[in-house]
Amino acid sequence: MSPLRLAWRWILRDWRGGELGLLVAALALAAAAVATVDFFADRVQRALTGSAADLLAADAAIEWSEAPRAEWEEAARAAGLRTARTLSFPSVVLHGDATQLVQIKAIGNGYPLRGRLRSAPDPAALAAAEVGTVAAGETWGEARLFAQLAVTPGAVIEVGELRLPITRVVTEEPDRGGDLLQFAPRLLMHLDDVPRTGLVGPASRVSHRLLLAGDAAALARYAAALKPQLPKGAEWLDVNRARPELNAALERGTRFLALAAATVVILAGAAVMLAARRFVDRQTDAAAVLRCLGLSSRGLLVLFVTRLLALAAAATVLGSLVGLGAQAVLGALVGRWFAAELPPPSLGPLLDAAVTTLLVLAATVLPPLFRLRRTPPARVLRHDIGPPPGSEWLAIGLAVATLGVFLTWRMDDLQLGIRALAGVVATIAVLAVAVRGLIRLLDPIRLHGHTAWRQGIAAVARHPTLALVQTVGFGLGIMALLLLSVVRTDLMAAWRDKLPPDAPNHFLINIQPTEHQALEALLAERGVRTGGVLPMIRGRLVAIGDRSVDPNGYASARAQRLASREFNLSFATTMQPDNRIVAGRWWGPDSQAAAFSVETGIAETLGIALGDRLAFQVSGQRVEGTVQSLREVQWDSFNANFFVIGTPALLGTQPATYITSFHLPPDRLGLLAELARRFPSVTVIDVGGVLNQVRAMIERAALALEYVFAFTLVAGVIVLLAAVQASREVRAREIAVLRTLGASRRYLYAGLAVEFGIVGLIAGTVAATGALATGWLVSEAVFSLPWSLNPWLLPAGALLGALGVGTAGLLAARRLVDVPPVVVLRAA
Amino acid sequence: MSVHSRAIVRAAKLGKTLQGPEGDLRILGDLDLEVLPGDAVSIRGMSGSGKSTLLGLLAGLDQATEGEVYLFEQPLTPLDEDARAALRAGQVGFVFQSFHLLGGMTAIENVMLPLELGGARDARERAAALLDRVGLASRRFHYPTQLSGGEQQRVAIARAFATGPRVLFADEPTGNLDLATGQRIADILHGLREETGTALVLVTHDQQLADRCERRLLLANGRLEPLA
Repeated sequence: MSPLRLAWRWILRDWRGGELGLLVAALALAAAAVATVDFFADRVQRALTGSAADLLAADAAIEWSEAPRAEWEEAARAAGLRTARTLSFPSVVLHGDATQLVQIKAIGNGYPLRGRLRSAPDPAALAAAEVGTVAAGETWGEARLFAQLAVTPGAVIEVGELRLPITRVVTEEPDRGGDLLQFAPRLLMHLDDVPRTGLVGPASRVSHRLLLAGDAAALARYAAALKPQLPKGAEWLDVNRARPELNAALERGTRFLALAAATVVILAGAAVMLAARRFVDRQTDAAAVLRCLGLSSRGLLVLFVTRLLALAAAATVLGSLVGLGAQAVLGALVGRWFAAELPPPSLGPLLDAAVTTLLVLAATVLPPLFRLRRTPPARVLRHDIGPPPGSEWLAIGLAVATLGVFLTWRMDDLQLGIRALAGVVATIAVLAVAVRGLIRLLDPIRLHGHTAWRQGIAAVARHPTLALVQTVGFGLGIMALLLLSVVRTDLMAAWRDKLPPDAPNHFLINIQPTEHQALEALLAERGVRTGGVLPMIRGRLVAIGDRSVDPNGYASARAQRLASREFNLSFATTMQPDNRIVAGRWWGPDSQAAAFSVETGIAETLGIALGDRLAFQVSGQRVEGTVQSLREVQWDSFNANFFVIGTPALLGTQPATYITSFHLPPDRLGLLAELARRFPSVTVIDVGGVLNQVRAMIERAALALEYVFAFTLVAGVIVLLAAVQASREVRAREIAVLRTLGASRRYLYAGLAVEFGIVGLIAGTVAATGALATGWLVSEAVFSLPWSLNPWLLPAGALLGALGVGTAGLLAARRLVDVPPVVVLRAA
Repeated sequence: MSVHSRAIVRAAKLGKTLQGPEGDLRILGDLDLEVLPGDAVSIRGMSGSGKSTLLGLLAGLDQATEGEVYLFEQPLTPLDEDARAALRAGQVGFVFQSFHLLGGMTAIENVMLPLELGGARDARERAAALLDRVGLASRRFHYPTQLSGGEQQRVAIARAFATGPRVLFADEPTGNLDLATGQRIADILHGLREETGTALVLVTHDQQLADRCERRLLLANGRLEPLA
């Protein structure tokens, strides 16, 4: 029989023997963590990118703040392409006293060019959705809009100056994909109805799109001809360019989750290493017998590798099933952020789970396995002869190298992979040093106290490496959980406390120049204090000094984004109270200078210095001025603020809309309906609501992360079980000898409780210290929030560790105490 | 059995020196031995006299530092570990003091193992018959931990004879057993040997067991001497 066939028969015996449960569990956990994150990320990614149809409702589109030029459309038709137009903008709709900020999309004939628009007759009958398009004289809304306005289909709502029925529920919108993370619900209407709403003025914040679809070659020729002629601000969108910033955000989020899963894999790897070494060690006798019976060393390797591969396969299947279940929870936790339903899971992540188990196995099992194949057959005669000892450095090197490959793969970036590897190795090293130091501290106390106490402490000190592995494993898990629960809550509270109770909670934007005085008067009349009604002008930065601004000339993504977008400029005679000049000086009230004042952060990002001459393109005109001051802005005052402010002499004649902010107590929200009726083009943004949503999103994100990190605690338990099993024979003998000497079960349990309690105490203390330090670093350095020491963190961490690890350890070692000593001693 | 038969195990000027903490230790030296097909040879000696070392060298489990061992007329020194394993496969059986059954396998699976390695199609039937022969028909599906010492050794003997080896090496096969059980094991071992014509090289310090072999040798000072 070939070793391969023998291996297959042996696999069944392995299964029956049940010895490999822990190994499979640890491998399955690694697979499950990776599968959970990948199943989820894959669903989101597919929801996000999908096909061109899902993303753009077209093969390509031109997006601009102005209506697309007629000649573009004519040229497209001439080239044999199909076209359609859309127009999107935020606005407030009313039904009685109920107001709701919505994202309006007005669609022209022919929409969608790709994908399909589906709607249902009623929010309660979404299954009855069918394909169709919205006609002039009606609107369609997202299901949640019906709930928010408390209306049923057919109700008439106010859209600006127009009253239109809201007739159907949008269930599928092809180009919603590009706008997944949306606060405001969607309202669909026909393009022909827009002018009569009075919502779109010359400087309104709107986004026009000319959708294009047709033969790929014709489209490519059209793109090549048109792209160089596109005016600044107009953007050519295709699948790759549709939502770069959202892609980037998702990538960061996924990487964070991937890092959390990697932590689990690393811990599970430690458990696998312990369990696999024990497995291989225990196979040494079998290997010697097989060699005696004539099996070659290659055959031996085939036999064991095949068995381990079968194990990996079982673990992959098991882990993937767990991952499939777990990702559904993750989807439920954060899935509500996504306007569209997430697509069902695909099979791709199964491969990731398989690769993960194989990598973990390769990193941990290969060194002892290669030792095993060199088992001398003479071991059957003399038990002291074993395989030649392997190099520990080689084993560590292989593990670290594999970890590097794994992290690079998971981060999808070599540099990030290397940095993550350095971070992981450094964290483990710091934890290891701290743990080792704490174990040393035990020395002076191990000679005192009750014998069970001494016994427990001695056990920790006797297996320092095992104690180290267990403590680091648990420490990482506890630290992650403390950070995500206690420290995060503290940070959120500090952030909330920093906001004054009367901080502005509503913004009004899109105030037309003809309206701004009337609006100001109305607010004053109603006793609402505003932070001033400020002009807002859209302009693109085209030159700093002599050099023209090219987004590609900047290294950072933020700078590229800022350089390619239109700025909101303003002009003012006096500086706002929450601004502070840090360089240069503010202009006088009657200044006729062509001057700018620039916020320090953006000046730094874009490389703007005091005295630089800036040129902006505003409504086709070039506006130039000198940077006369740099300002620091307190952004979290929630007042309207601007990166760049010019003198009235410089910007006062440019077309502007106005913006203001104010605090409105909850009992006066009726004012919003009045505002929306009298000034229909004005858009109200409920910052309080947005803030609450942001807060909810952060909490959900943290919950999702916590959820993935909860796997680390499971991994910690498996590491502990593996460590207990690794020392099982020694421990069993010790316990048996103690039993023969008259130790009671109570005494033995007390010793074990002390041992595992101390391991947990150390792990918890180190973890809490780590969480404290990280919390301090994050609040002071990243968020500039006042940091206060949470007095509960250290005791909570220590207690959590001692109780958690103590209980898990006692449960794991329980069976050893229950074995009659004679069985152990006879076997020895 | 003809005296002209070629030796299946032959040692010529065999020596083994071990490196110890206090310098080299020559355990065996200038040792000669011939085992012919069907021979039953016992080797006695005091603890530490090198009996197990000699058995390991003769079976090709270990390498000599001097001289040569010929197994089935094949010199072992030029062969690497895998080639020696291939030479042993199916032709050499072993019985050890500590049984060396594989813990994860039942009695019948342990007996089937060498048959499976040799590619036998009827491994299960042959293994069952052998277990029957050693009186363990009812214990086929028991794991080693569920068997007594004597029963484990009977499984080990069944496994050793499974492939119909030309020579069987036995290292203190009764060393871990009580007198009565040891007697029973010796009966089974010799009974099977006579039935199959397998040569036996037995290492023991049990005189009774040794005396049941036709050729009795004493290992002392690294050499073999015939015993009366």
